[in-house]
Amino acid sequence: MTSDSNPRTIVLDGETVAFERGETLFEIAQRHRRDVPSLCYDDRLDPFGGCRLCIVQLEGARKPVASCTTKAEPGMRVTTHNATLDMHRRVILEMVASENRDVDVDELSGYASQEMSTLLDRYDARSGRFDGAHSGTSRPDDGNPFILRDYDNCISCYRCVRVCAEQEGDYAISVMNRGFDTQITTEFGGFLEDSSCTFCGQCVQTCPTGALGDIKALRAKDVPEPVEKTRSVCPYCGVGCAVDILSKGDKVVGIQPAMDGPANEGALCVKGQFAFDFVHHPDRLKTPFVRNDHGQLVPASWDEALDKAAAGLLEAVNEHGRHSLYAVASGRAPNEAGYLMQKFVRAGLGTSYIDNCSRA
Amino acid sequence: MSNPLRDMEKPDVIFCIGTNMTECHPVAATRLKKAIANGARMIVADPRVIGLVEHADMHLQLRVGSDSALLLAMAHVIQRAGLIDPGFIAERTTEAEAFLEHVKEFTPEWASEICRVEPALIEEAAILYGTADRGAIYYTLGITEHICGVDNVQSLCNLALMTGNVGREGTGINPMRGQNNIQGAGDVGAIPNNYCGFQPVTDPAIQAKFEKAYGREIDREKGITKVRALDEAGKSIRAMFIDGENTVVTDPDREHCEHALKSLDFLVVCDLFMTETAELADVVFPATGFTETDGTQTNTERRVQRLRRAVPPPGEAKADWWIISRLAQRMGFHGFDYTDASEVFNELCRLSTTYAGLDWDRVEFGEYQWPVPEEGHPGTPRLHEDGFINGRGVFKLIRYRDPAETIDDDYPVWLTTGRRLESYHSRTQTGRSQGIDYLLPEEVLEVHPDDVTAWGLADGGWAEMASRRGAVTIRVKATERSPRGTVFSSFSFNDVPVNILTGAGYDPVTDTAELKVCPVTVRPASKSGGVAAD
Ligand code: SF4
Ligand code: SF4
Ligand code: FES
Repeated sequence: MTSDSNPRTIVLDGETVAFERGETLFEIAQRHRRDVPSLCYDDRLDPFGGCRLCIVQLEGARKPVASCTTKAEPGMRVTTHNATLDMHRRVILEMVASENRDVDVDELSGYASQEMSTLLDRYDARSGRFDGAHSGTSRPDDGNPFILRDYDNCISCYRCVRVCAEQEGDYAISVMNRGFDTQITTEFGGFLEDSSCTFCGQCVQTCPTGALGDIKALRAKDVPEPVEKTRSVCPYCGVGCAVDILSKGDKVVGIQPAMDGPANEGALCVKGQFAFDFVHHPDRLKTPFVRNDHGQLVPASWDEALDKAAAGLLEAVNEHGRHSLYAVASGRAPNEAGYLMQKFVRAGLGTSYIDNCSRA
Repeated sequence: MSNPLRDMEKPDVIFCIGTNMTECHPVAATRLKKAIANGARMIVADPRVIGLVEHADMHLQLRVGSDSALLLAMAHVIQRAGLIDPGFIAERTTEAEAFLEHVKEFTPEWASEICRVEPALIEEAAILYGTADRGAIYYTLGITEHICGVDNVQSLCNLALMTGNVGREGTGINPMRGQNNIQGAGDVGAIPNNYCGFQPVTDPAIQAKFEKAYGREIDREKGITKVRALDEAGKSIRAMFIDGENTVVTDPDREHCEHALKSLDFLVVCDLFMTETAELADVVFPATGFTETDGTQTNTERRVQRLRRAVPPPGEAKADWWIISRLAQRMGFHGFDYTDASEVFNELCRLSTTYAGLDWDRVEFGEYQWPVPEEGHPGTPRLHEDGFINGRGVFKLIRYRDPAETIDDDYPVWLTTGRRLESYHSRTQTGRSQGIDYLLPEEVLEVHPDDVTAWGLADGGWAEMASRRGAVTIRVKATERSPRGTVFSSFSFNDVPVNILTGAGYDPVTDTAELKVCPVTVRPASKSGGVAAD
């Protein structure tokens, strides 16, 4: 088979594969389940070509090329894995690791926080062959309650800066200097709170090393149970961002955006990202309450409360008719709650004396 | 929304009116920012210098409550400049002739007197929207929470119809729904006029369908709205069952509302916390919250998604569906023997028109946007692509009306209310999440710096703000986000119950409260609440 019999194909590790106009070699390789390593890549962001881990061999090219920034052209012959490529990747990783103080980062740090340490293990790159220089100075002085800024772990992939600019449109953080002096910083080198940061957490979730970490989730670092993820939907506004609820045992410990969430495609805002722990607040009601003879609300059993509520509502209906009872459904509760509230008045009383909170 | 959220990256002209999207729907706003990065132009109409303005090409800083005048004048310009879409109008609409005649009267000069926006700016905005290939309108409560809320929405529809900006990618009339499941609450029939799927209770065939399903006679008259029910509390309404709503804090005219609930013979409330409303109840049921509940929820683009339980609820808290059905059973009502949420959802789908093709398993991955009229239907991301549900789009002849109360010598300042990014509604949830206080420790009243000086206030000092219904003491923040003569605050903090002040009037069609406009006075005060001596 020749390449010009079907112009839009390349040969990937010996296999002829089709591609779409504009696709990069990295995207094609991913689509065909080639496990090409990457650190500066986030499929929501413009390719950056910074880390060079995604290098592949192009037939006819003198040196390997970064696959994430190389667009496919008909007839290219590409090798994603061989001993030379793996050797290059290992050296790159060893150098990256030398910059990185804490190679093992708790998975609660953020969605992508394990990318770096996973690669180090896969390429057996914890050799300590290069040591010394670090880029970035940590900002333990930034007292914000959400985002850890531990730039000792920064590897200058700029994913945080890029996600903030390209996805959020906030431009709260930027890059200063180059090489080992590289520093991720806000305007004027200050705290996030004083920048245009909205604490959406996007930078935290895309950081591959845990240099940026989710402070609220990390509070549960020492809780022994494993982290479980449950897909659900944010409880705040009508956008309906899909989230993964992180829990350990019976406790919710954090929230991560669902990268494949149909409404949000990986994005969240400060409420969805960080305002979750109300669910464990001591003020939560744990039992029913009924008003006693002294006019006080006191805890009661379900039986007692249901009986009392049924009797009180029926009394009104019996004395003043079906149209004396009114039900208000919640714009916060699930569809099943709203459906049953309307069924309650319609099937129970034959009225439409029902509304929800959309008018206020 | 007529169009899906992903369409927000596609318009070439964006018209945002009455929506503080960067704070209220931040993730949706990021999509508009992407459209702008790709070259889209944006018009923002809002009395305040909201976050969106930084990204806009034009800011129409209209007086609060004057939206319909602005929109009439925009229609006038589009008509006069010949920017209408005759093909679309002929094929898809009715009443166009009368409408195009009607708008001739409403010049930008006329509107300018009411809106306080330069006629040239109105003209420019109209031409920008009128010449768009893909013009999209986005709005929220800034449009609807007025006595003329319905007129405002219809005025936006008129603009979209006359320019053919409906039913295509990157166009549409897109209300951004405020609460996570406010869309769903309407979809499932928790409204006085419709059963689930917006099937009117007044239609005899539909009445018969539900009488059969529910096994009893049901009124063919609409019920009354919550606003009317609160007015009738203690009179014809004697008992209420309220699920998950902090009515006292979030509804307008708090004193009236509290009084109404207190005058009931019996009140049952279901909530996560002992809210100000729950405290007035005779029985309070503890409900499960986010992370503890299996169920479904429908977002602003009509997408039905699954909620999943990750952890057990605290103590004996129970899911809403369980509480409502067990209470119904104890009251002797039939048809409430459910064993889990999926049975409830499947029944809803069977009876609905818009959810008819869905069931519990099909919404697993959240890929359906209603209407899904039958099994196997892929859902409807974009409404009105091949026609309007009711045949043709109808132009409505709107006239401008003043808000229920307008400023005068006694109450010379416009107050407008809204939400802030970091807090949500009555803060029963955000207020109990750690760290949020760091960003937003207390409510403030946003006042233009020149007004701060003119009214003898101090930035960071206290003010007493009063309307015809009450007064609150609130900290002052000088900011050019507020125009002169207009102040802003949210209604989220219980210690500054701003909704004591609001609630002068209601839209005659929907009974939506006029929360966005309220004439007030603002005077210096001391923290204890007293008004400072001059
Ligand atoms: S939290 Fe969001 S806004 Fe703040 S720096 Fe990170 S990405 Fe930017
Ligand atoms: S994360 Fe923010 S934008 Fe998304 S649904 Fe929640 S409140 Fe809305
Ligand atoms: S992933 Fe391609 S250079 Fe980093």
